[in-house]
Amino acid sequence: MPKLRLLPLLLVTGLLGGCNMVVMNPSGDVAAQQRDLILIATGLMLVVIIPVMVMTVLFAFRYRASNTEAPYDPEWDHSTQIELAVWAVPLLIIIALGAFTWAGTHLLDPYRPLGRIDHQTPIAEEHEPLEVQVVALDWKWLFILPEYGVASVNELAAPVDRPITFKLTSTSVMNAFYIPAMAGMIYTMPGMETTLHGVINKPGEYEGFSANYSGAGFSKMRFAFHGTDEAGFDAWIEKARSSEAVLDRETYLALERPSEGNPVQLYSQADADLFPLIVNMCVQPGMMCMSEMAAIDRQGGLGLAGIHNTLPLTAALSDRKAQPVFGAAPSYVAAICTEDEAIAGYDAANDAELRDRFASLSGFGLLAAAQPPEITPATAPNMTPLPSRAAAAPHDNL
Amino acid sequence: MAVTTPVPVSPIFGRLTLEALPIHEPILVVTFAVVALGAAALLGALTYFRLWGYLWREWFTSVDHKKIGIMYMVLGIVMLLRGFADAVMMRLQQAIAFGGSEGYLPAHHYDQIFTAHGVIMIFFVAMPVVTGLMNYLVPLQIGARDVSFPFLNNFSFWMTTGGAVIVMASLFVGEFAQTGWLAFPPLSGLDASPYVGVDYYIWGLQVAGVGTTLSGINLLVTIIKMRAPGMSLMKMPVFTWTALCTNVLIVASFPVLTAVLVLLSLDRYVGMNFFTNDFGGNAMMYVNLIWIWGHPEVYILILPMFGVFSEVVSTFSGKRLFGYTSMVYATVCITILSYLVWLHHFFTMGSGASVNSFFGITTMIISIPTGAKIFNWLFTMYRGRIHFELPMMWTVAFMLTFVIGGMTGVLLAVPPADFVLHNSLFLVAHFHNVIIGGVLFGMFAAINYWWPKAFGFKLNHSWGLVSFWCWVVGFWVAFAPVYILGLMGVTRRMRVFDDPDLQIWFIIAGFGAALIATGIATFLIQIGVSIWKRKEYAETTGDPWNGRTLEWATSSPPPAYNFAFTPLVHATDAWADMKARNYQRPLKGFAAIHMPSSTGAGVILAGLSTVIALALIWYIWWLAIVGFVGLIGYAIFHTFDYHRDYHIPADVVTRTEDARTAQISARLAPGAAE
Repeated sequence: MPKLRLLPLLLVTGLLGGCNMVVMNPSGDVAAQQRDLILIATGLMLVVIIPVMVMTVLFAFRYRASNTEAPYDPEWDHSTQIELAVWAVPLLIIIALGAFTWAGTHLLDPYRPLGRIDHQTPIAEEHEPLEVQVVALDWKWLFILPEYGVASVNELAAPVDRPITFKLTSTSVMNAFYIPAMAGMIYTMPGMETTLHGVINKPGEYEGFSANYSGAGFSKMRFAFHGTDEAGFDAWIEKARSSEAVLDRETYLALERPSEGNPVQLYSQADADLFPLIVNMCVQPGMMCMSEMAAIDRQGGLGLAGIHNTLPLTAALSDRKAQPVFGAAPSYVAAICTEDEAIAGYDAANDAELRDRFASLSGFGLLAAAQPPEITPATAPNMTPLPSRAAAAPHDNL
Repeated sequence: MAVTTPVPVSPIFGRLTLEALPIHEPILVVTFAVVALGAAALLGALTYFRLWGYLWREWFTSVDHKKIGIMYMVLGIVMLLRGFADAVMMRLQQAIAFGGSEGYLPAHHYDQIFTAHGVIMIFFVAMPVVTGLMNYLVPLQIGARDVSFPFLNNFSFWMTTGGAVIVMASLFVGEFAQTGWLAFPPLSGLDASPYVGVDYYIWGLQVAGVGTTLSGINLLVTIIKMRAPGMSLMKMPVFTWTALCTNVLIVASFPVLTAVLVLLSLDRYVGMNFFTNDFGGNAMMYVNLIWIWGHPEVYILILPMFGVFSEVVSTFSGKRLFGYTSMVYATVCITILSYLVWLHHFFTMGSGASVNSFFGITTMIISIPTGAKIFNWLFTMYRGRIHFELPMMWTVAFMLTFVIGGMTGVLLAVPPADFVLHNSLFLVAHFHNVIIGGVLFGMFAAINYWWPKAFGFKLNHSWGLVSFWCWVVGFWVAFAPVYILGLMGVTRRMRVFDDPDLQIWFIIAGFGAALIATGIATFLIQIGVSIWKRKEYAETTGDPWNGRTLEWATSSPPPAYNFAFTPLVHATDAWADMKARNYQRPLKGFAAIHMPSSTGAGVILAGLSTVIALALIWYIWWLAIVGFVGLIGYAIFHTFDYHRDYHIPADVVTRTEDARTAQISARLAPGAAE
């Protein structure tokens, strides 16, 4: 009989032994330190939790109504010593845990460059980080390796013991980039760039995926992450370089469209400026980049003229923009900050209505004359200087 | 889904077309058939037994806080069945969708289910249960005859019900949101979710949110203004204290939810750019705002249950609550701190180490007052005489379950740990651990504890025991594997899986869900059997558990006016104190009692609000306008209703009290049944 009673226990331990708890048994130094922190925090809390659980069972049993031998003290409702203990002990534990948290959070901040390769190897000169640009698309992952000029979809390789710097963004909705074996996750968000530092210490094939629900194809938004030795990594780069596919703006715009369960695709060449264009949401030629808008705004902005600087977002440009029932048709901010793009926009807008839109910007002399405009963010004039409050309001009003 | 032109909107039906009916989805057709048959049977029975007039007069239009409280509880339990059906469908899908199998649910359906499950369980199960308990108990515990604004109370209930109706309507007309329960943009924006799903979400929550906010104001004012003479704040029962803090949280946080949903609506309806990717919108603002509501919300759910456990532990240990003062301060600490932790829901958004540390540590600090509460319950049991009636069993199960959930919660508050556990099934297991282990166990403790008070008979013990064990064991069988899956790096909201090693854990979790289903079924049987044998289980004392607070001072069920004479309070456990001082029930000298009148205005106003919401979801503008004019018009009309109160004549009060006197003396008379 005792053996039978142990059976469920054996079954559970057997199951646990058979499963791969990647979070508890990672292959990258960052994830390993995160795991250590989980263990420390759990251990610290068990100092309170276990006695509480034991006391609950013990008190419940000892003071059961049928046990008339146990003392009964119905008016006893206060003890300064006990109260002190029940507030102080958790407080002390939280102080200890808080200290670990403060240090751990700063040390393992995803934005902080790695300080070590593993627990015995501090970072040294020769550890040049591998930069990987990551784009979360609907519903696949695009990786660009600017150092090698190659790119890939749903597959990534990295040499073991080499620090990796991920620069991440997304195209339409939020996702979270997560390789549990390597390091914690970080959100990827459209129009924004996040950073993650990690390293993989053991060669192997790992899983990466989106850890933030992002729509219909989310479940299949997974990629293979190969931790390899230098030779294996070089071979992967070579394989990419021998691919016939090239990632330029046009292929990217086609790739950006929603699709599920995409096979691995390697690109022998990737536009060097593609990632900044994606982050700034201006891969489509003729669209103003957010960085340019910010630069104009820093100069004081375009003033009222700025609201005319939009063009209709036709289905050919994007099929994922919906028109609100009471809102204007989808539009985008036209690029005017470089000569080429202003001219391209002007050419594209080769009809009277669109020319009129630009005409309202003629204060810039953009389209007024035949000569090319000479507007750059740096020279954009300050259109509406704000009057100084002090000058506008006499002091005696106060 | 290329939608670059505005959707066709018919002037009559808006964007409602026949295609909105999911006739091609067999699961929904069968569900609809079952629901329609059930509803027809229910409506038929109500008509056959001529119950419509009774329901309308005695319940739907009632402003009695006790009846409204019970209706809230009924709403919560009915919606629990819907929310649990969603859970079962998810468990089944995740247990079979392996090795290339797509399971039985396509993404469009599955994604609605997990969204609806979360929304329903929080807004239409936990919230009504919590509000219902507070509604029922607070006036009784403070010796009041009703809440401060009785009509508002009825209106609040029907608004909550209206929200539930809207969410349920999405099951059969159109679709629900496929966004997750908090509907983060850009996914919930018009570009990624152009159809009605997110609009159902927005308007369901907005209508219910009005009810919740008004009910929060109502109960807050009630507790502040209507306590019996002598009941200073530090003499209030602990449940009332937790209710006070809860309603402070509701009043302070629900307007944030309303505002953020208004902003999202403006993005979706008129093309503003608060949370869009382009034109200066920022989705992170939505995430911040909704969690500024969302974190206090979890304390809105758990604080009243802490109150329930405090009452139960003290009653069934036959002892004063240990550390009343520190219990109160712990509750107030939690209330304040709950506003300082919201960012722990998105450490992984990249806020930077110092910000993350700050919010991580504030979160851990909350565990100190929470820990103190657990210890106080423990030391209430210490040197007590513990009677293991069902409410006490639920409480012990809560203490053992909740500490684990609390521990995993603090673990998730450590940012570096959160980076590997966020959005994982570990997180899912954690919040089910605290919400089932805390809120639902609390609900069952409360129902078993106060049922005799509400209905005048006790609940069946043996079915209650079966339900208890099914729930407690079922919970652990269902969620221990989910914790493990989280440590295996499995993310939430997944529909299909590659790794065959995971399947066994999902199957075990499915068995757990089956156990919980048995727990729910036996709970319903427990109620059915108890109603069937209500004569046998009759409770005539008014105080079946040797209670300590004022609700046990009156009859079971309490008369409409609660107390013939407003009690005078001298001590914290007012009723225990009265019993100790050999309190004698007054037998004569009754006077007429001033009470609020029933009104159908709440049903009508909430009904019109629901119609407006449905019209706005489907772009049926004329109906929205007609509904709005009707709403304003009826509200003005209602202000001319001068029949808002009446007096229960002195002889009716005397007769009611005499009946109770007779009941008590029959019990005490020699030869009475044991």
